[in-house]
Amino acid sequence: MVMTKHSIHNLEAIVKQVRRDIVRMVHGCQSGHPGGSLGCTELLVCLYFELMQRNDQFDLNGEGEDLFFLSNGHISPVFYSVLARAGYFPIDELATFRKLNSRLQGHPTTHEGLPGIRVASGSLGQGLSVAIGAAQAKKLNKDKQLVYALMGDGELQEGQVWEAAMYAAHNKMDNLIGIVDYNGAQIDGATNDVLSLGDLPRKWMAFGWKVIEIMRGNDIGSVISGLRKAQASTGAGQPVMLLLHTEMGNGVDFMMGSHKWHGIAPNDEQLRAALRQNAETLGDYIIS
Amino acid sequence: MKKYTYTESKDTRSGFGAGLLEAGKEDENVVALCADLIGSLKMNDFIKAFPERFFQIGIAEANMMGIAAGLTIGGKIPFTGTFANFSTGRVYDQIRQSIAYSDKNVKIAASHAGLTLGEDGATHQILEDIGLMKMLPGMTVINPCDYNQTKAATLAAARHKGPVYLRFGRPVVPVFTPEDQQFVIGEAVMLNPGTAVTILATGHLVWEAIRAGEELETLGIDAEIINIHTIKPLDERAILTSIAKTGCVVTAEEHNRIGGLGDSVAQLLAKQMPSPQEYVAVDDSFGESGPPSALMDKYGLNAEAIVAAALRVLKRKVAT
Repeated sequence: MVMTKHSIHNLEAIVKQVRRDIVRMVHGCQSGHPGGSLGCTELLVCLYFELMQRNDQFDLNGEGEDLFFLSNGHISPVFYSVLARAGYFPIDELATFRKLNSRLQGHPTTHEGLPGIRVASGSLGQGLSVAIGAAQAKKLNKDKQLVYALMGDGELQEGQVWEAAMYAAHNKMDNLIGIVDYNGAQIDGATNDVLSLGDLPRKWMAFGWKVIEIMRGNDIGSVISGLRKAQASTGAGQPVMLLLHTEMGNGVDFMMGSHKWHGIAPNDEQLRAALRQNAETLGDYIIS
Repeated sequence: MKKYTYTESKDTRSGFGAGLLEAGKEDENVVALCADLIGSLKMNDFIKAFPERFFQIGIAEANMMGIAAGLTIGGKIPFTGTFANFSTGRVYDQIRQSIAYSDKNVKIAASHAGLTLGEDGATHQILEDIGLMKMLPGMTVINPCDYNQTKAATLAAARHKGPVYLRFGRPVVPVFTPEDQQFVIGEAVMLNPGTAVTILATGHLVWEAIRAGEELETLGIDAEIINIHTIKPLDERAILTSIAKTGCVVTAEEHNRIGGLGDSVAQLLAKQMPSPQEYVAVDDSFGESGPPSALMDKYGLNAEAIVAAALRVLKRKVAT
């Protein structure tokens, strides 16, 4: 049993509400990416509500606080929901997701001034480099806080990721924690069928990273202990990589066990089924 | 024709190196990144003065652009350094998403632009970079003409808030602008007032435009010559004021005819003041290996080509 600021029960309640937000947002505009969003819900809830040290006011430079970068920007529904639930912007704004004149663009952007977002992402493979730059700035500024970067596993097919991997190890970026959403699936199918990632733990180790693998990435206790282990591994002269085994579509039974919910929206009936499986806990956002 | 003289020739990239050092002294947030071309980019003096503020990235330009974007989160003012080709086309998407769309205060310092890179040939001679960069919303595009102006432009870029593409070159060219000049981004520099034809030049073609003006004077033609060091934002007022007076224009640049300064001017004129225009630019082709000056002659980027273009455009003016 891990000790937490919030009880596991409270975190579970947040997770359930975020899942509701995700399926409602994607249903509301009939587009977006529910699969990966649901798979990373426990991770983002644990990061924002339990692990990261964050300032009360959002400031783009983020001095004196931990920073999180979402490189696989298509899982914006989970990011937006967690940011709203953590107080960065009004919860009801989630209803504007992917709609005209919204700050909640299809993929996250700083362009509309949405608090909580520090860089645009969506074109894959760029987030780890940006996180390295932010971590490098923290070192220059003698800021001891940490920088996190989440990537999809399919995203590792982008060459820039491995440029960044080499750089981070060579430059001993030990204030950086990379996280891979290791769900084994991408739009066109299983990563093993599309383009195999090979032995991922050994690949990152060979690139000079300290690797931590979490086999149960949708279990709050496992996610917290894994993240704690990652935090404890910082400051030791090498970057840390957390390989988080998750299930795409987790928490909605008919979305699990398949890659087909990577980027499609539920219909009315499917929405009702998904919501029945995840009871309202913190209050749904209002659609005006 | 106003007399322009010079006592020495220097490369514009050395102007960048000197400007970067000055910018580093002026603001401790200025940092530099390089993709394995320190000597080519003349970054040595900066690195010697501020070793902890320099990042050797290796041959990984995409990663360099991302790291530069990240450094701005934390208040740094990063200058990335590599050849113009690898600063733009190779990393267009990284600049587009992580820098331009993300409103990051990154300065993309691009050396060896255009044909004058010389012997390495077309793989390294980019002639499309101005076009690529000016199409990005919010990007400032600067192409200074000599050592002094490049140094001043580098300082101005560091002080400017927002992404900047700063383009300069490899060969030595006459140093004729004042050492103590004020460089104002987006403000064209009048080099010679005239009445018959406007010559708008940028980068290495500015000196050629001055030579062309002297030649035109011997033919009894009074050319107005303006240095357009900033292609975006374009000094529309200066350009329209000049062409309202002269009635025709020649644009001159070390770039493809498509997408460069000439196209920016043509777009402005089509909307505001349709006027005869002739281009001195590369005619939609790649470059090739050769000595820089021979390449400029072969591809028609010299004073003689500007004179010929001026004579052509003057004929069209009379015809209209």
